[in-house]
Amino acid sequence: MSRYTSATDADRKAMLDAIGVGSIDELFAEIPAGVRLQRPLDLPPGMAEQDVFDHLSKLAARNRHGDEETSFLGAGMYDHYVPSLIDSILQRSEFLTPYTPYQPEISQGGLQVMFEYQTAISELTGLPVSNASVYEGPSAVAAAGYLAKLETKRTKLVVSRGLHPHSRETLETHAKGYGMTVAEAGLDAEGATDLDALVALVDDDTAAVFVQQPSFLGTVEELGTLGEAAKRTGALFVVAADPLPLGILESPGALGADVCVGEGQTLGNRLDFGGPSFGFFTAQERFIRKMPGRIAGETRDVDGKRGFVLTLQTREQHIRREKATHNICTAQALNALAGVIYLSWLGKRGLVELGELMLRRTHYARETLGLEAINPGPVVREFAVRVPNLDAVFERARAAGINPGYRLGRDYPEFGDGLLIALTERRTKADVDRLAAVIGSVREEVHA
Amino acid sequence: MILDPRADEQTETIYEKSVEGRRAFTAPETDVPETPIEQLLPAAARRTKPAELPEISEPEIVRHYNGLSKKNFDLDSGFYPLGSCTMKHNPKLHERVAALPGHARLHPLQDAEYAQGALELMWNLQQALGEIAGLPHVSLQPSAGSHGELAGLLVTRAYHEDRGESRHKVLTPDTAHGTNPATVTMAGYEVVKVGTDEHGGVDLDDLRAKADEDVACLMLTNPNTLGLFDRNIEEIASIVHGVGATLYYDGANLNAVMGISRPGDMGFDIVHFNLHKSFTQPHGGGGPGAGPIAVSDRIEPFLPRPQIVREEGHNGHGPRFAFDDDRPKSIGKLRGFQGNFGVFVRSYAYIRSLGGEGLREASETAVLNANYLRALLAEPDIAEYLPIAFDRICMHEFVLSGRGAKEKLGIKTLDVAKRMLDHGVHPPTVYFPLLVEEALMIEPTETETKERLDHFAEVVRSILTEAAEDPEIARNAPYTTPVRRLDEAGAAKNPVVRQAARD
Repeated sequence: MSRYTSATDADRKAMLDAIGVGSIDELFAEIPAGVRLQRPLDLPPGMAEQDVFDHLSKLAARNRHGDEETSFLGAGMYDHYVPSLIDSILQRSEFLTPYTPYQPEISQGGLQVMFEYQTAISELTGLPVSNASVYEGPSAVAAAGYLAKLETKRTKLVVSRGLHPHSRETLETHAKGYGMTVAEAGLDAEGATDLDALVALVDDDTAAVFVQQPSFLGTVEELGTLGEAAKRTGALFVVAADPLPLGILESPGALGADVCVGEGQTLGNRLDFGGPSFGFFTAQERFIRKMPGRIAGETRDVDGKRGFVLTLQTREQHIRREKATHNICTAQALNALAGVIYLSWLGKRGLVELGELMLRRTHYARETLGLEAINPGPVVREFAVRVPNLDAVFERARAAGINPGYRLGRDYPEFGDGLLIALTERRTKADVDRLAAVIGSVREEVHA
Repeated sequence: MILDPRADEQTETIYEKSVEGRRAFTAPETDVPETPIEQLLPAAARRTKPAELPEISEPEIVRHYNGLSKKNFDLDSGFYPLGSCTMKHNPKLHERVAALPGHARLHPLQDAEYAQGALELMWNLQQALGEIAGLPHVSLQPSAGSHGELAGLLVTRAYHEDRGESRHKVLTPDTAHGTNPATVTMAGYEVVKVGTDEHGGVDLDDLRAKADEDVACLMLTNPNTLGLFDRNIEEIASIVHGVGATLYYDGANLNAVMGISRPGDMGFDIVHFNLHKSFTQPHGGGGPGAGPIAVSDRIEPFLPRPQIVREEGHNGHGPRFAFDDDRPKSIGKLRGFQGNFGVFVRSYAYIRSLGGEGLREASETAVLNANYLRALLAEPDIAEYLPIAFDRICMHEFVLSGRGAKEKLGIKTLDVAKRMLDHGVHPPTVYFPLLVEEALMIEPTETETKERLDHFAEVVRSILTEAAEDPEIARNAPYTTPVRRLDEAGAAKNPVVRQAARD
């Protein structure tokens, strides 16, 4: 008997007798000797629960986590507060342990959650159709590229340089598979998508144009103008959005987006060193039969009672196989549940209040730090600045228990001295003032 | 299943419970100047119509979702023999260690210097998965099995292109999971189906006829979706490698062979793991999962980036771990950051709990349980109606056909499955694989007791006995569930996929 199994010697004998074999080995007789492992796996021996716990605790202790520093690090995942009720509900085994709801009669809880989630995400993005989740943000962008291919049969995708570098790279990786190329429109002097560059790239073979709101640099993009430019030749306009500022920012749907996708971590999911979170995928009604992944729909049972099912499954891999609209099967249902609980907890007004707070703190931080702005126009949740002596700032800040943000030079060589600073409702005015003091002290020393 | 006395209330959505002015959230104090929003955001960027989110208090949110949870059947409540899904116990320890702040509160872009514990965990997991697969190089990045499949075909494409070859076909058996052919199309290849022989394995003649220099890869599950180990695997590998193609292992059924037979030793070049199957990540009602891949030396240069590298320590210091993005032949990133780390924590805890010997015992017990249940269901009074598709020793799962029940009792596999719901067990996977008529695919897993398997066989027997008396009972089942059979055709014809918008 090993951990989590329960066959005793007596059980084993009775079961082997019932099968009609003399030993466990005989059950594996079909496996040719040449492909049998003739030795034990070379892994450390099993451990008792408390020893595994200790081992993992020690590993975890070697990570500097969000409660151990004041962090302005964002760049795609953000340190928002996750309310307690989310942990409590997600740990219910009825949500934690079932499979994808293939038997709707005993899965109404999960299916109704999907329906509520789809409604909330649809409201945020201003697009009528949402699926029940995809893996995460950048691969959601790649899924939008595939939809654009299926829809337009064209071969070119155009991205703004304001799209998250991971999204651009992920799109490129996937596009090589489905046979498309990716062209990039640069940023203008204000750190927003360069409209002229975009217009120059969009042609009759362009299947979709991708921009991000707010951009990777935190710039509030002029979606309406960009959308018009994108759709001039019939390309789809795809917006990758952070869902949380959509309480104050106009919805992508209202500004012409055909598809809006994004990273859902900011909606009640932990940082988890990058995952699991969820990706969302919303679109205009006309794409409903080309959407990737699960979609829950409302219906009635034989007694006329209201219920929910997985619907439009003829799009999906288990039915349509090589003609499926995407290969996704397991998605991120539990993380999407966290998302809809979070949005219910915030509520209609809380979403706006949180957005306004982030907006004001972002602008306060930018003014207070007094550095040269890379994107001097409207920003929310994040902004980019040039920092003389960036290494010294990092060293001093780290020593003071502050993580000052993301070094832009990692992805944008043109901003080698760039720092991307993220704000959430957890970063207070006092935190910003401390960061300003550190940067100020480095500046004074250099000048002295 | 216990329903709230006000059962009708439970079909109300959280939107329908919303009342203007109610709330759960208290905003932090605005500690910065309250600059008018109009000064910070241009009019064109400001929201005109507010997003309709529910307005509801915290206690009612909790009751709402607790109420919904009670309408789900789950693994912690009962037997869940869903074939190809490996519904094994999800140890509670894993939730505790995944929630440690050093894991749960760690930012994905934290400097490697301050994330050494996370990187070491990922490195250790990679080493373990590589050993289990018999293929040394691992990328943890793919987010689920199907994402791993896509990674596998993209590295295959990169491998062939690097050799100056252009190939456009991928072979998949007719028993393959639907994700395989769907992935082939997404990766820009054409699907060519390979038949199944009379023993349930790959038809070698058909394979030989279709394997040519245009073939990039054969995707295979072994044991396959019939629960059978393909005893010709060495010959299959030789045919596929003979035409220069890669051999891809769909790891959905790895739970049968951990520590017993390794895909790398069978000749596979690329393997994906479903950490949410063999390695206990809870399924979450449809995710999250993770689909790492392991590959051979010749495929290694093409793995997604970043890869984790281990640098030996000097002067008494331990090893250091870092991300390596400088991989010129890499296919690139498949997603943001480094993968579903929270899943890695759970699967790593599982592997450390069991060790090599424990993993082998888990697989042995999974196969023992499946064969025992197969033997119970082979009793003549059951087998007459639900004959086994291929009468052989099986691996971790097996497939019955509902042909007999349909012909002799007038009930379909769907009816058998729906009647099981009234008995408090989850039905097997139904109508898959496609080549078995009225298929029921049963995977009990190693964490079930003999008594539960006995009980399941009795449930099947009682459903068949009852149907012999009155088939209408099964045809109209279930009766005891929160809702009964639902109109799926109607839902697809007139899709209602969100709450009606308020104007």
